[in-house]
Amino acid sequence: MNIPEQLFYTKQHEWISVADDIGTIGITDHAQKELGDVVFVDLPEPGVRVQAHQAFGSVESVKAVSEVYSPVTGRILEVNSELTDGPEVLNKDPYGKGWMLKVKLADTAQLDDLLSAEEYTKYVQEESGE
Amino acid sequence: MENLKTTPLHNTHRQLGARMVDFVGWHMPVQYEGALAEHQAVRNNVGLFDVSHMGRFRIRGADALPLLQTVTCNNVAKLAQGQAQYSALLNERGTFIDDIVINRISDHDFLVCVNSSNRQKDYDWIERHRKGDVSLSDDSEEYAQIAIQGPKSQQLTTEVTGLDLSPVRFYWFTEWKVEGHQAFVARTGYTGEDGFEIYLPSNFAVPLWDKLMTLGKPLGVAPAGLAARNTLRLEMRYPLYGNDIDDTTTPWEAGLGWIVKLSKGDFIGKAVLDEQRASGVKRLLAGFELVDRGIARDHCAAYLEGRQVGTVTSGSYSPSLQKSIGLVYLPVERSQPGSLFDVDVRGKHLRARVIETPFYKRRN
Repeated sequence: MNIPEQLFYTKQHEWISVADDIGTIGITDHAQKELGDVVFVDLPEPGVRVQAHQAFGSVESVKAVSEVYSPVTGRILEVNSELTDGPEVLNKDPYGKGWMLKVKLADTAQLDDLLSAEEYTKYVQEESGE
Repeated sequence: MENLKTTPLHNTHRQLGARMVDFVGWHMPVQYEGALAEHQAVRNNVGLFDVSHMGRFRIRGADALPLLQTVTCNNVAKLAQGQAQYSALLNERGTFIDDIVINRISDHDFLVCVNSSNRQKDYDWIERHRKGDVSLSDDSEEYAQIAIQGPKSQQLTTEVTGLDLSPVRFYWFTEWKVEGHQAFVARTGYTGEDGFEIYLPSNFAVPLWDKLMTLGKPLGVAPAGLAARNTLRLEMRYPLYGNDIDDTTTPWEAGLGWIVKLSKGDFIGKAVLDEQRASGVKRLLAGFELVDRGIARDHCAAYLEGRQVGTVTSGSYSPSLQKSIGLVYLPVERSQPGSLFDVDVRGKHLRARVIETPFYKRRN
């Protein structure tokens, strides 16, 4: 299981990395594996406000649809438009080229509510009954 | 996952790392490596499907033909020995009990392949109408069924069985002996590619599968799960019972009029079908693509001028066409190619267009 140490995680299997008050958001390696081959990604426009715990878009595989939830509240600065034509990047590089949003955080204190890599690892293991 | 039925290949699927799901009471592989790769393996090379969960009935006796003529809508009398036929069991309302494939082994001996979800219902229905010199036996457990599908399927199936399959045309089959036991190799399938289905005694399923995997390696063989099976069949517009056809739809509405032979004599459902042919149907199953970005899924509501007129019976991403395709019952006058309507995809109304089917056309 690939769960980078320096990121924050949600129980809905999103990750966020933060530099100053700018967060980069995506889905975890576990999420992309569970979903299977991603064939479609629906993302909002830059400028839109996202709310912590609320869905901002969706990721679809051949078989299933999965909503993607924002780990934090903030305003979207940038959207990864590469995902529109090449959604398979989400499977290949979920923590790198598969990033989804860059967001200006409204309140960096919200990061305290998120899971650390260690906590997320434990959560995934419990969830999958390992 | 308790109480789920398993096929003779259950352990094989697990060893291959398949993701297993509950499929109408069966613990079946939905995918192995990935649905897209499996879909492409079937379109370009060859794929293997465990379809042992399907039901297999043997109907034998001097009155086997009259029984099948009564309970099915296609003309069984037209079947030669060694020939297979796509058909349906209909009820008195002319709607589907199931869609089936009938294989004529000899004059008085038939092997009928039915959907797993309908097995008991079909058996009871046929049994209810059985009379005279005819026996009905459910041999589903005794037999396994493996589908070998794709442009390289003939090469692989020939290598594995040692049979000359070039004389076996589409929807014909031949007998095969597995260590002295009766088996059948039919040129049938549910993918739109050239392909075969092997019916063989259950205990030979694992060795056959292993041999197919080993000899198929240089051909690019891939085990394929239910996800690929669904996208492959949908691209061909092959109906799925429970989704696209059921006991509320008739063959005329489903675009399956070609399996109805009104001139063959009486059969169950004929009166209603006669009447509906004269009066015309009100709705037709149409193939569509999404014009807007998104993927229409099973059960999405379809709207015309803001009014719900139907439901997407099957909807998926098409790996071959790389777009969202599906089937939906629409009012006849709005069911022709070019006709536009809306699909409610998780609260958003997306534009859809009726297009010609099959969605996918084979390259060779």
